[in-house]
Amino acid sequence: MSYRSHADLGGQDGYGRVIPEAEGELFHAAWERQALGLTLAMGATGAWNLDMSRSARETLPDYIAISYYERWIKALENLLIERGLVGPDEIAAGRMLHPARPGLPVLRAADVPAVLAKGSPTLRPATVPARFAVGQPVRLRAAAVTHHTRLPGYARGKTGHIDQERGVHVFPDTHAQGLGEQPGWLYTVVFSGRELWGSDAALNHSVSIDAWEPYLEPVS
Amino acid sequence: MSRDHQPEERSELAEMELHVRALRTVLEQKGYIDPAALDVLIQTYETQIGPRNGARVVARAWVDPNFRTWLLEDATAAIASLGYAGRQGEQMVAVENTQARHNLIVCTLCSCYPWPVLGLPPTWYKSAAYRARAVKDPRGVLADFGVILPASTEIRVWDSTAEVRYLVLPRRPAGSDGLSEEQLATLVTRDSMIGTGVPRAAENVR
Repeated sequence: MSYRSHADLGGQDGYGRVIPEAEGELFHAAWERQALGLTLAMGATGAWNLDMSRSARETLPDYIAISYYERWIKALENLLIERGLVGPDEIAAGRMLHPARPGLPVLRAADVPAVLAKGSPTLRPATVPARFAVGQPVRLRAAAVTHHTRLPGYARGKTGHIDQERGVHVFPDTHAQGLGEQPGWLYTVVFSGRELWGSDAALNHSVSIDAWEPYLEPVS
Repeated sequence: MSRDHQPEERSELAEMELHVRALRTVLEQKGYIDPAALDVLIQTYETQIGPRNGARVVARAWVDPNFRTWLLEDATAAIASLGYAGRQGEQMVAVENTQARHNLIVCTLCSCYPWPVLGLPPTWYKSAAYRARAVKDPRGVLADFGVILPASTEIRVWDSTAEVRYLVLPRRPAGSDGLSEEQLATLVTRDSMIGTGVPRAAENVR
């Protein structure tokens, strides 16, 4: 099985300069508001989890070419279709053609403030001690994986050190595949710019990522 | 709509409007969504949850040393004490800018962003240009925002690859000693809390 993320952009060249934007500019079209509302409302039904929706977005073949909220809408449609909640024929027709899946928990307006205030915490109780300690050098796993992961390409095979321990968190690699939460220790790992980008990088430039224990190997 | 669109963009726009309306109709007819809930969700992020929340957190940290210490040690609890918590800010970390070190936040893999304190991310934060370059050429990105730091300032880039959400505590502007907490909050820009900007100068108080 091949899995390709089109979203792993860190360190890539050729995307040009960054264009700043005024603080109040949230949406650039009415449909973008709807994309936000539909995505959050359907996410709240629990038909999929956040890691599954990230995976659905990053694997869109035209990810780079389309806008942010277009990614949201296309991924939402794929998630709905894959789970048999909506048929592609219904999206094309713009109306219901097949019976709805009964029993899906619907987000009600009155519950929105409480649902947003609660969020989806990923912190879990620790059941095993942390394998790594603050200050310890670590190498990031070099092998590519054939599923959703949160280990960016630019950090693979690179050596850094543990900067902070962040507790035990749901592991996105398994969570996105429907293989359960499999919580693991999460660390902030910091790298020198030179380790990541070579000798042209400034000496006082460093980059950190948040990495789960399975991404890390000890350095002797 | 706040931008001019070329004709071909306009038709694409009309296509997306129709497409999303069709999807919404199907989801409504199936009973999967409560239309009133959509309105509340959208309104919440348009009118209640935005960078003014984060500005209040920063201003409090500037005037109250105990709060600043709390924020740097346990940002989730300190921020929750001001009423900001929840979705996409479940675990918060605040990182402090100093004369020696400047912090910059990015999510190279998607667009992770501390929603309870900053609201929805701006377009540039989600763009390929920012996500690609922030980790490799942070000074170049800062220059795009008109921010030039001394060469001696260390730059630390935080790539939000997990569910930890980062907020930059920017440096308090010089000459702002006499300002109230509310006045200080008006100096705190969204970009200064991401690290792509610095707060407004004290004389620009509103």
